[in-house]
Amino acid sequence: MMSDTASPKGLTRRQLLSRATAAGASFVVGAGFLAAPDAAWAMETVALKPETMATLIQMARDIYPHDKVGDEYYVVAVKGYDNADAAQGIEAGIAALNAAAQGKGHANYLSVGWERDRVAILRGMQDSPFFQQIRGNLVTGLYNQKAVWPIFGYEGSSFEMGGYLERGFDDINWL
Amino acid sequence: MAAPFDLNDDSVVVIIGTGAGGGVLANELAQKGVGVVALEAGGRYLPQDYVNDEWESFGQLAWTDARTTSGDWRVAKDFSGLPAWIVKAVGGTTTHWAGASLRFQEHEWKAATTYGTVQGANLLDWPIDAAEMDPWYTLAEDKLGVTRTGDRPGLPGNNNYKVFEAGARALGYEQVSTGRMAINSDESRDRMMCQQTGFCFQGCKWGAKWSAAYTDIPEGEATGNLELRERAHVARILHDDTGKVTGVEYFDAEGNLQMQKARIVCVAGNTFESPRLLLNSASSMFPDGLANSSGQVGRNYMRHVTGSVYAVFDKPVRMWRGTTMAGIVQDEARHDTSRGFVGGYELETLSLGLPFMAAFLDPGAWGREFTTALDSYENMAGMWIVGEDMPQETNRVTINSDVTDQWGLSVANVHFDDHPNDIAMRNHAYKQGQAIYEAVGATRTMPTPPYPSTHNLGTNRMSANARDGVVNRWGQTHDIANLFVSDGSQFTTGAAENPTLTIVALAIRQADHIAREMAAQNI
Ligand SMILES: Cc1cc2nc3c(=O)[nH]c(=O)nc-3n(C[C@H](O)[C@H](O)[C@H](O)COP(=O)(O)OP(=O)(O)OC[C@H]3O[C@@H](n4cnc5c(N)ncnc54)[C@H](O)[C@@H]3O)c2cc1C
Ligand code: SF4
Repeated sequence: MMSDTASPKGLTRRQLLSRATAAGASFVVGAGFLAAPDAAWAMETVALKPETMATLIQMARDIYPHDKVGDEYYVVAVKGYDNADAAQGIEAGIAALNAAAQGKGHANYLSVGWERDRVAILRGMQDSPFFQQIRGNLVTGLYNQKAVWPIFGYEGSSFEMGGYLERGFDDINWL
Repeated sequence: MAAPFDLNDDSVVVIIGTGAGGGVLANELAQKGVGVVALEAGGRYLPQDYVNDEWESFGQLAWTDARTTSGDWRVAKDFSGLPAWIVKAVGGTTTHWAGASLRFQEHEWKAATTYGTVQGANLLDWPIDAAEMDPWYTLAEDKLGVTRTGDRPGLPGNNNYKVFEAGARALGYEQVSTGRMAINSDESRDRMMCQQTGFCFQGCKWGAKWSAAYTDIPEGEATGNLELRERAHVARILHDDTGKVTGVEYFDAEGNLQMQKARIVCVAGNTFESPRLLLNSASSMFPDGLANSSGQVGRNYMRHVTGSVYAVFDKPVRMWRGTTMAGIVQDEARHDTSRGFVGGYELETLSLGLPFMAAFLDPGAWGREFTTALDSYENMAGMWIVGEDMPQETNRVTINSDVTDQWGLSVANVHFDDHPNDIAMRNHAYKQGQAIYEAVGATRTMPTPPYPSTHNLGTNRMSANARDGVVNRWGQTHDIANLFVSDGSQFTTGAAENPTLTIVALAIRQADHIAREMAAQNI
């Protein structure tokens, strides 16, 4: 994952976007990379097709949608699949997901505009080992990222700050 | 100093497992001058080692050796390889425990008599009662430093408690407090005062909460009578042809098989491992496993009627701040069949951090119904249900010879089906718990299914009569005089209370008995 200043192969944000095409509303993909449409983040892919990774990220968000949580955290949660061992299974799973989308008259999963319609496609495959693998790993992959905890207000480790004895363990004021 | 002991020293008491039962027993015997070798499968972790991080702590302390599950309980589906959330470490599950320390109610020692016939339940009265246990409970409360007993003040209430208390009072509940907790509410004994860190389940970094790991075990070792061997996994209990046990075989920290001789063996590996060990020790003399003439070894597994209620409010609660479980409503703990079930339940405050909340709020759930609840994590309050479940013969630990652990030993399979009484009680408790939060303005309440079991009881139960259970009133097996059970698997019935204070009281009492019988040359 990269910030807007360091893009794949040293491209500037403008160059990067000029080499990419839209994948759904949330991503652009190019050769060996994908990025946010405004290039706020970008990532290179090694073993997975960039379109596959983009679809996987969208799928992750549709499984555990949090409007306050940016795509970059979903990227972190699934980027572990971008390796030679996992790639074949993921490509097959995403191909099945796209086939299911096509069965409902869409070009592919990423092109489905409403979350409601994407969720309906996921419901149809929620007992598959592929879906269960993605969902199961997201439970820790997403929610055990220390960087997402503040978005939910969770404060994490408190011992080094002396616990909450002097820091509001009983500060509720609305009861 | 006597310890360390020789492998061939057959004068020692060998204790298997060093949790609430084994850790306390080891210290109590050592204090009385009895030589003890304690064998613990896990490693030694102390407050400086604990981490304020749920999954990292789980990786450090939890028992994750293979187990299998069956039955209609939801845990078998959601956590098929993890029927229990318990610890593999010196001090056992007392590193993870929250510290709620309640005595049984008087009638709960006599469940069969009090509740009468309950179809499908294998109810039995304990062979001991409240009067007999009273002095042992007092010793246990003093040892653990339990708040609201003796002259120890209660803990202050945290945010989660304040919401819970206000709701409970609005509903008319009267027995509402921050509970009896084995957590220091002031600077007394050798332990620090609770700093309201909020990671009681991950090991208390201040040592404010009692755990055998940093109290009883080092106290016992200081006598010179206790040798604790960590990372020592007992594989089998051995016996001679008179049917007396003679020692144990265990894998040491290097993975080598060792044999330790013993005068007495005490099994305290928690409710899955203790019967597993007795069953895996089957021999031509005892083809059904040790101490199993009744056929009750492994049966009557109990895990308490549990479940949680989480609620979302329109303003912040920040339930994770402060003690994890210092809050209780006891009004429903009574036996009152007008509610549609026998026995009773406690409601106790509970908080999980965001990572565990995501895993346990509704395992397997996904989509916005689930994620909008987590979006309100900061505004959540939580409580836990702990009630008496019915012992059933078919709820049991058996040996699954299709699956072996890292030592090549057949693993335990844990089978559990809810009894109709359990379901009726859980539904009642969900309703009351939701009402408590609704009474203080909850905008959403969630009856959350049971987690992997933290309270594990009953699989070597105590009985007056040898045909009904595995051990007698002292935890001594009916079949083999020098073989004892010293953990929660002795429980005849589970009562509504968190079990550890009773496990500790029984261990103190058992140590007294064993030392006396040894001195009298009876064992
Ligand atoms: C998160 C959590 C919170 C809890 N909160 C409370 C509470 O507030 N109040 C309460 O009363 N109870 C609570 N409990 C339950 C309490 O921790 C247990 O009831 C208690 O620790 C059980 O004691 P035990 O001696 O039976 O087993 P344990 O304490 O589990 O000890 C068993 C030990 O035996 C070892 N062992 C097993 N097999 C072998 C073998 N073959 N060889 C060598 N060693 C072996 C294990 O590694 C372990 O260390 C909680 C539990 C958990 C998990
Ligand atoms: S809240 Fe208190 S008892 Fe719990 S871990 Fe923190 S200091 Fe220890």
